[in-house]
This record gives sequence, C-alpha cells and structure tokens, in this order.
Amino acid sequence: MAKNTLSSRFRKVDIDEYDENKFVDEQEEAAEQQGPDEAEVDSLIRQYPLREQERAQGIVLKVLTSFRSSEIEQAVKSLDKNSVDLLMKYIYKGFEKPSDNSSAILLQWHEKAFAVGGLGSIVRVLTARKTV
Amino acid sequence: MSYYNFLLEPISCHAWNKDRTQIAICPNNHEVHIYKKEGGDKWLKIHELKEHNGQVTGIDWAPESNRIVTCGTDRNAYVWTLKGNVWRPTLVLLRINRAARCVKWSPKENKFAVGSGSRLISICYFEQENDWWVCKHIKKPIRSTVLSLDWHPNNVLLAAGSCDFKCRIFSTYIKEVEEKPSPTPWGSKMPFGELMFESSGTDGWVHSICFSGSGGRVAWVSHDSTVAVATGSKNTVISSLRSETLPLLGITFITENSLVAAGHDCYPMLYVYDEGKSTVTFGGKLDIPKQNAQRGMTARERFQNLDKKASSETDKATLESVHKNSISQISILEGDKSKCSKFCTTGMDGGMTIWDVKTLASSMKDLKII
Repeated sequence: MAKNTLSSRFRKVDIDEYDENKFVDEQEEAAEQQGPDEAEVDSLIRQYPLREQERAQGIVLKVLTSFRSSEIEQAVKSLDKNSVDLLMKYIYKGFEKPSDNSSAILLQWHEKAFAVGGLGSIVRVLTARKTV
Repeated sequence: MSYYNFLLEPISCHAWNKDRTQIAICPNNHEVHIYKKEGGDKWLKIHELKEHNGQVTGIDWAPESNRIVTCGTDRNAYVWTLKGNVWRPTLVLLRINRAARCVKWSPKENKFAVGSGSRLISICYFEQENDWWVCKHIKKPIRSTVLSLDWHPNNVLLAAGSCDFKCRIFSTYIKEVEEKPSPTPWGSKMPFGELMFESSGTDGWVHSICFSGSGGRVAWVSHDSTVAVATGSKNTVISSLRSETLPLLGITFITENSLVAAGHDCYPMLYVYDEGKSTVTFGGKLDIPKQNAQRGMTARERFQNLDKKASSETDKATLESVHKNSISQISILEGDKSKCSKFCTTGMDGGMTIWDVKTLASSMKDLKII
C-alpha cells in the first residue's frame, strides 16, 4: 500500500487546547483517577466472540483450499451479490495469515471473485464494520 | 459534452449563477474565483473572492437573490453580495470549533445550512433587527462530520449525509422566517431539529445526498460503493445497490426515477430506481470514450506486459474517460431535478465537463432514462 510520506505530527496536536473560547475549570475532579477494574475487563474479553470467528475462518479456509481450480469459477457464479462480498472478506482474511498452500489457491479465488464483484467488493471489504 | 480545464489542481467545489454564464470555483486554496463565459469555449476570470483563511470547502450561489455563500476550513462562512462590480463579504458566526464542510442555500434563499466537522449542522437565517446572520444548531443524534446536505423543496426539511455512515432528514423550521410547513411523506410534526428519517444498512461515509424533484425520495452514495434510495412514507423502505465500481462522490436526480452519480471512477453513471420493486439498478456508463486508432501491440510490447504485469491485454495506461481524475461534484445546469437536460461535473483534475442528457441518451443504445 502507498505510504503517507507527509508529516502527520499535526494529529498529535490537541486542537481544543488552542480554542480561544475554551473554559478552564479551576477545580479539577480528583475522583476520576481510578483505572478500569481488572476482573471486569477480563470477563468482558472472554465473552467476546473472537474464538467463534477464528473457528469459522478456519473452516472456510479449509473449504476454499479443498476446491479444484476448475471448479472455482462455477462456484463463484452460483453466489449472489451479498455472498460474493462475504467471500471476498474471507479471502482477504485468509491472506492475512498465510499457510503453506493457501495463498496460491486464494489468489485464484480472488481473481474469480474480482471478475464478478469488481472493485466495489474489495472496497466493501475495507469499509465493512462487521469483520469476519 | 464539453470539457474545459480550469487549472492543474483539483477544483474543491463549484457553483453556477442563475443564467449559467458565470461559475464560481475554489482552486484548492483559500480563494474563490469567478469565471465568465466568453463565447465558444473560453472562460475569463472576472473576480477573486479573498476572505477565507482556510481552504474553501463549499460554495453555493443563490439564483434569485444573487448571493454567494462560502464556507471553509477556517470554521467560518461568508455571505457575498454583489455591490456594483465588487463582491462584498459578510461574516457569519457559525459557532463551530472544527472545519465547515458543505453549505447549501434553502430553496427560498432565506436560510442556508452548513455541515461541519463539529458533528452538527448550523442553520443560518438573517435577523432584520440586528442586521446580522444568526445561526441555530442541530446536534442530536449526529455522531460525526456532516459531509453533504440537500434541501427539500418545502424549504424546511434538510437531508444530511455524515461520516457516521447514516443519512438523516431533519426539520429546520424557524418560526421567525417562515410559516408552519404542511405535512409531507416524511412526517407531519416538524419542530426545529426533529429527526424525520435516519437510514441504516450502509457501511461507509455518506459522501453525497440528494432529494428528488418532488421531495418524496432521497438518494445517497456512500464510501462502501453503494447507491441507496429511500421513498418517504409511514414505513420507509431503503433500496440499495452494491456496485462494482469504486466509491461514488456525487449524486443527483435527473428525473423522478433516474439518478446520475460519479466518483473515483472518473466517469458519470446512470442509475434507475424502481419504487414498486424497491430496486436500484445500474443503467449504464455515461462517458463517450474517444475512438482511438486501435494499433496492434508489437511482440516486444506483449512480452514487456507479460513480464511486468503478468497480463497480455492491451495496455490501458491512460484513462479513457473525459475526466482524468476523480469527479468530486455534480450539479444540474439546465432543467431541474425532475427533468434535467444538462448537468456539470468538476473533479480533481481541475476540469469541468458539461454533459447533455439528450446526446448521451441517443448515443448509448441501452440507456433508458425514465
């Protein structure tokens, strides 16, 4: 991907500090100093469906790699628009963690899915709020 | 279709005057330049409006009262009136602490709305007693920058597209300047700031939004390459199309059922809305590529292509479209949103193209503008 070579130091500036209308409260609220409760944070992380997502990704990857190259095109043609977008999401997720043979077959899937979904399907992978 | 290249930098925004003889553009800096049509294909710069301290992000030219409103990243908006041969600015205090992003005059030109990065919309109206522009804020429930605005023909409802992935319709009824509005398909109770409609289902920033000519429909384009249309009713249904193109940046209705949108793919495209089936379909590409002499590729070029890009297709190094960079804004030139005959696009290549709907329809066999 292209690297942003311009300086991004401006992002570290807190512009609201320089706002001329800012009202500075004399009495600071000292009671806000406690950090998050450790036990609560731990239990919340465990509840989050990360593990389910990883299992689903593993299954999908197995299915995709088990296809023969000649069958891929037909499989993609049988999908509807939403499914093509979903397939693209899984393909890119598979790219993120490459294993022995996965990249080669995923690239073939990518080529066929791109022919149907176009650049729009890739844009929807980038902008999706619900990741797979 | 005619293309004119104003400058080498992107045109940030543009606005036309009433008889379409003058165009105001921001050449990617703090100024606004007004060009006048000088017969044929020539444009002459006649005014330079210099008052902003930051890039001008929005320009709108009121056709009847001949006033220009501009807004910029310096958190200000100015209303310009033509006195003699000079445009004089009047500052409008928007009371925002982030950049202003878009501005639109209302249909009756007694109010204008400014969308900003402060997560609110400023509705400004002129107070006669103090000879001053006053503004009221609409804040809830906007959660991010407001990127685009469009007014309903009844002068009260305002559609806003924002970076929190939603399109919303608000009421901007101000009792000091107007009568109570009559009920619309979007609702009947319209106090100031009332949320009449909020969309769901799209995942990208809403770049552009447009009411139809009658005001009964609203269309928007978002950054996840979708086009969506909603028809106001008790249970509003949103129809959307996930397109195969790059994200679109501008959209406008040209009839009650047809939309023209353009964006990062550098050419405008037609979309057709069917209310009965609740679908939006792609109607066709609206660019007429120049017929280049198709010279065959030499064997050497083929090998080079194969080596560099692993493809043996004809080299498409240059864009075939009229615009050579993304189109950022579409505006109606002739006609109105219910029956448009000409529209204009400006883009990041510094060029402006005027498109004739009749010519496009006749040159493209499958194009159906209903």
